[in-house]
Amino acid sequence: MAESTDNGIEAEGLVREFKKGPRAVDGIDLTVAPGEIYGFLGPNGAGKSTTVHMLTTLLPPTAGTARVGGHDIVREGPAVRDTIGVALQEAALDPFLTAHEHMRLQAGMHGIPRTAAARRGAELIARVGLSEAADRKVGGYSGGMRRRLDLALALVHEPRILFLDEPTTGLDVQSRTALWDEVTRLSSERGVTVFLTTQYLEEADALAQRVAIIDVGKIVADGTPDSLKAEIGRPTVEAIPAEVAQRERMRDVLGRFGTETAAAPGAVAVRLDDGTEELAEVVRALDGAGVRVANLEIHAPTLDDVFLAKTGKRLEGAGDDPEAEAARAAGREPTGELETVGA
Amino acid sequence: MSADTATVPAAYARERTGTWTQVGHLARRSVVRTVRQPAVIVSSMVFPLFLLAINASGLAAATDLPGFPTDSYLTFFLAVTFMQGALFSTMGAGQAIAGDIQLGFFNRLQLTPLRGPALVAGQLAGALLLGLVQALGFLTVGLAFGADLEAGAAGALALVALSCLVSVAFGSIGLTVGLRTGNAEQVQGAFPLLFVFLFFSSLALPRDLIANDWFQTLATINPVSYVIEAYRSLLIEGWDVEALALGLAVAVGVLVAGLFAANAALRTRMERT
Repeated sequence: MAESTDNGIEAEGLVREFKKGPRAVDGIDLTVAPGEIYGFLGPNGAGKSTTVHMLTTLLPPTAGTARVGGHDIVREGPAVRDTIGVALQEAALDPFLTAHEHMRLQAGMHGIPRTAAARRGAELIARVGLSEAADRKVGGYSGGMRRRLDLALALVHEPRILFLDEPTTGLDVQSRTALWDEVTRLSSERGVTVFLTTQYLEEADALAQRVAIIDVGKIVADGTPDSLKAEIGRPTVEAIPAEVAQRERMRDVLGRFGTETAAAPGAVAVRLDDGTEELAEVVRALDGAGVRVANLEIHAPTLDDVFLAKTGKRLEGAGDDPEAEAARAAGREPTGELETVGA
Repeated sequence: MSADTATVPAAYARERTGTWTQVGHLARRSVVRTVRQPAVIVSSMVFPLFLLAINASGLAAATDLPGFPTDSYLTFFLAVTFMQGALFSTMGAGQAIAGDIQLGFFNRLQLTPLRGPALVAGQLAGALLLGLVQALGFLTVGLAFGADLEAGAAGALALVALSCLVSVAFGSIGLTVGLRTGNAEQVQGAFPLLFVFLFFSSLALPRDLIANDWFQTLATINPVSYVIEAYRSLLIEGWDVEALALGLAVAVGVLVAGLFAANAALRTRMERT
């Protein structure tokens, strides 16, 4: 098989239809540069995993073409698989084997000689912090430990391109941060290209150099997180009246400063036409209209706003943001990108 | 971190893995899995031995029938115990692969340079081990309780070898069902169907002593009868070449058909390009 030094991913018009089912992926085009961390963001059922299955050769596309590491995903499946490491959505581990045994099997199947396989396995197990548990059966591992082992297994043959399908779903903050650090290290130190699917806005924002947003099988936005947010540009002000009866009056006042957008129950939100410079005027206008405010917040544009702007709906799972989950678990309110300016 | 970061060259040399090397890795896994599930091994032995105990005492009077080949119903029914054990191997092999599909482990393997036949052969190693443990266990218990073994020590080896072959052969059928359904519960649901073959065989009586014509016909066309009779010949008669050859032919036939079906099912299941 021809050795290629190209670490990138290119897809053109990729389609996957299922029998008697919807078109799960509906003609997507994407380009991932070598060494880049590419975030593939979308709600459940958007087509993220189907795209990963096609790009990793597990599922043939119905139409379209793609090249991974310089190899065609349909005609050169073995060469693609040789180039990539994959951690799919479910950490696919055998509960009856230990971490060392998983490593031995994975390395052996990839043709790494026994001595080198043992060394490589121990090195990766140590890197993901599982040395102490390496001789225990995986059936007793926590979700975070399984994920870390899954990542280590994906790296055993030193792939140039790494596919991670929702790698932090269900993980605690510590495990998530450790995984992010490792992914970042792989990209920066080893030049590994990372294709990462996620339904967590914060994850895409923090980790990915470029993000594609997918919804109902189509890519609706593609760019760096900053450029995507800049497209939306304007911050949102969200306020809750002290008295429910004043909500309509509040809506009228805020409506003078921008376009109304989705808000939390009981609140009114508008995307400010002229940015945060208007904030003082907003407060004065509310005061002038006699509207007493219980709470007022400014939201900087987020990828969720990008998603809302592109699809007309909020990203599912935004409420399941790991930061928010962790904050709730710790008994505090999630901070996110909210900035309270008082009322 | 930058997009033009050069990839660090791989530090570990890789070799092209041959089919037998892959079989070795997968067989090792299958054996480890089997050993680490003692409940599976024990239950696959307890049920057949329980039936043996019941039948050996409850149907002992059958040996009074004119033409019955032995005066020990324990010896006569011990052959069925080996066959029952093989049916448990069928379910074990099917559930193992179906579990791999459900857990996603199958996809993990698909992403390696896995060759299909290596997966089939490797997965059957667990069935082989189960067959070996069962055969040794059934033989030991049978002999301890007074069963005959007319073929002697060499016959014991032949019995164990045949049992291993039958376990792998029927295991390949289980593997096919597991690959087709991809669901461990469905494999378990199919298990009683296999017992139909066992019950419509020469399980309880020699075929020539089955009085009911339709039952005798079914038992005659049922290949399971010939496997049981091969076991039985070693226990009761010694070295009956015809009975052994028929049993062996059935086992090999089931194995060939099973491997063919399992590989076909695997090709359908593996959608990878």
